[in-house]
Amino acid sequence: MLKFALAGNPNCGKTTLFNNLTGSTAHVGNWPGVTVDKKEGVYKKCAEPIKIIDLPGIYSLSPYTPEEVISRNYILEEKPDCVINVVDATNLERNLYLTTQIMEIDVPVVIALNMMDAVTKRGDRIDAKKLEEKTGIPVVSVSALKNQGLDELMKRGYEASKTPRKGKTVLEGGALAHLIKDCRIALEGQGVENALFHAVKLVETDELEVKSHPASKAMVDEFKKTFKDNTFGDDFEAVVADGRYKYITQNYSSVMVREKTKKEKLNRSDKADKVLTHKIWGIPVFLLILFAIFHLTFSENLLFIGAALPEGWVSLEGTAAEGLFGTEGIASPGVFLTNLLGLATDSITAAVQSAMEAGEVASWATGLVCDGMLGGLFAVVGFLPQILVLFLFFSILEDSGYMARVAFILDRLFRKFGLSGRAFMPMIMGFGCSVPATINTRTLADKNERISTIRVIPFFSCGAKLPILTAIAGGIGVAFGLPNTDIVTYGMYVLGITVAIVCVLLMRSTTMKGDVPPFIMELPAYHLPQPKNLMLHLWDKTKHFVKKAFTIILASTIVVWVISHFSFGWEFLEDTEIDRSILAGIGQLIQPVFTPMGFGSQLGAFGWVFAVAAITGLIAKENVIATFGTLAACIVGAVIDVETDGGIAAAGAMIAATGITVPALISFIAFNMLTIPCFAAVATAKAELPTKKSFNFTLLFWLGTSYAVSTVIYLIGSWWWTVFIVAAVLAAVVVLIVLYNKGKINFSALKFKKKARIK
Amino acid sequence: MEKKLSEFVLGESGVIKAVGGDGMIRRRLFDMGVTPGAEVVLRKRAPLGDPMEVTVRGYELTLRKSEAGNVVMEVRNA
Repeated sequence: MLKFALAGNPNCGKTTLFNNLTGSTAHVGNWPGVTVDKKEGVYKKCAEPIKIIDLPGIYSLSPYTPEEVISRNYILEEKPDCVINVVDATNLERNLYLTTQIMEIDVPVVIALNMMDAVTKRGDRIDAKKLEEKTGIPVVSVSALKNQGLDELMKRGYEASKTPRKGKTVLEGGALAHLIKDCRIALEGQGVENALFHAVKLVETDELEVKSHPASKAMVDEFKKTFKDNTFGDDFEAVVADGRYKYITQNYSSVMVREKTKKEKLNRSDKADKVLTHKIWGIPVFLLILFAIFHLTFSENLLFIGAALPEGWVSLEGTAAEGLFGTEGIASPGVFLTNLLGLATDSITAAVQSAMEAGEVASWATGLVCDGMLGGLFAVVGFLPQILVLFLFFSILEDSGYMARVAFILDRLFRKFGLSGRAFMPMIMGFGCSVPATINTRTLADKNERISTIRVIPFFSCGAKLPILTAIAGGIGVAFGLPNTDIVTYGMYVLGITVAIVCVLLMRSTTMKGDVPPFIMELPAYHLPQPKNLMLHLWDKTKHFVKKAFTIILASTIVVWVISHFSFGWEFLEDTEIDRSILAGIGQLIQPVFTPMGFGSQLGAFGWVFAVAAITGLIAKENVIATFGTLAACIVGAVIDVETDGGIAAAGAMIAATGITVPALISFIAFNMLTIPCFAAVATAKAELPTKKSFNFTLLFWLGTSYAVSTVIYLIGSWWWTVFIVAAVLAAVVVLIVLYNKGKINFSALKFKKKARIK
Repeated sequence: MEKKLSEFVLGESGVIKAVGGDGMIRRRLFDMGVTPGAEVVLRKRAPLGDPMEVTVRGYELTLRKSEAGNVVMEVRNA
């Protein structure tokens, strides 16, 4: 099959073009080794089917970002039959800069001049024919948005792919022409493919080229000694970049005929920016948008009109749709979809259960299928509506161009922590759900920044952790008669954010070092997001999530169900007999591990319940309160419905039975907040982290941080004077890191000694 | 008059004379069209004073003060 690659700047309409060319055949994967989307699809309306590969959006073929290296290697090594260079006509000069680099490769190229309608609307005109003459490359005007000119584009591409094309450079007339020619001839002599492209890059002293052609590098260095440019001296990288832009302004820019009469009129994008990045209003408007998104996704009481409604008017009590639209107010779209899915999954479970019971299947098998498999699966799939709604809103912000402005507004603040403004989005999404938040870290350019961000995302307490907070806070209130336990809930959110900040600072000054990545980026003109693009995007996410739910998550929920419903003697146990299960046994065994945090061995006979609740919480945080319900039931000997009061009674019963102290309870919540969030998030983190090692370290980091913080909370809460010890240890760590970074102390000497001793 | 881009006041415009700095930052500036001869107008500063937004080669570019410090400008006399 023929292979065509789409190449172009970010925001040039490449994705829309790709979607319209490939339709339903598109599928998204990853480029090997990096978290950059690799999109492929097939175009069928030509003489033969053509495979279309969407290269990542890039501004240049320099070797600095993974996106650039991928695109470059793809064109050079995979040798597509044609490269379709998508050019944003509203931004001709900068887009053609990439074109001048692609032209240098020996590959057929076609230019897709996109967004011509916007140019016409502006009153300008671009002569596509003239551009074709000047570049020597076929140019086709298209509108990816309106699906115009695509067939013509593919026809020209198909024709072009039939004849091989020799690379051409715009630097021919420049000061470096001779050197480039000499390098090219030398490389051709060595039998190097794409000699011209490599020659130019070599002259630019491009890192990748210098490594692969050391012999020719010497020639460039020799020439450099004799060369002196008036402006740039012997800085060839600058001479080349300048040469390209000069050529573009002198030769190509004339194809654009600007309307002179109406100058400097504010366009729609400028008007929007007047408010959205306003000196005073910019930040409040952003906070308002953020609030609206979370409100629409998670609120049970949309627009807070619940109090104004006549009682029970939306609850549809007694009907099949009870609670679907909310009970105390109108449910937000996110909650409504969750309720809807909940109704569907509940009825499936009920139907399966009654069918199995009617068929007189053994009760353990019914339990395994309904509680274990379906229950576990639906618990995870149940997140999907809200994840998707949240993702939809953030995709709209991204596609419209607003996300770049958010980074612009917040960059200053985040630089203090060694992050760029873009890192804010994934973190704030973490308050909703860690899964979309982790996926969103793809927008971060720097690898170390991305890893650090993924690691602290769970500390921004997600929606599923809130029930733990309220139940335990409520339980504290009931058991100890303390007022205002809401403070505990708020305090935990603050704790999470504080720990996140401290951890980022620590990581960025130790293992995840690196300069704050540069913040030189385009603020694209605002445009309406494409519903089709959004839907395809959401569909991809859904597929990924469901695939994970049916593999790793399903397998692990089955394991947990089995060990909580069977005793060591392989005897099937009822829900209320969980205290005899393998899980309880494991809980008792590892109970001492939790002792430093206050909910381990010191709790006596029933102490293992907190350990078990914490372990089930590693699978999904919803499990913690559900487990509380079952565990409390076997303590008090009666079933406690956690749905009615949010688990407060269950928590109260467990507090009473174990005699756990307030500091230990707070330490318990802190542990749940900061530890491994849930299987869905773990699976996502695994996909998004670059290496297996960094993933393993992330798991350790979550466990270690939660363990350390909870221990400190318990110690200080129980014996206030330990605060001095903690402060001393912290101070020592900070001093060590500072000294290490200044090069005053050296741990490598220590390591060496250890090795020597082993010998 | 010569001046660094980072020292520009709102609305000020000029032509790039030279681009300093090194490695990735410099290359990135070049790739984004910040090359000698290009015209730059300072459009805006972020609410917290940094980064800044400029118009170059007909589009909006944002960069930090520290990065703009590498760009030497010839200020246009208004």
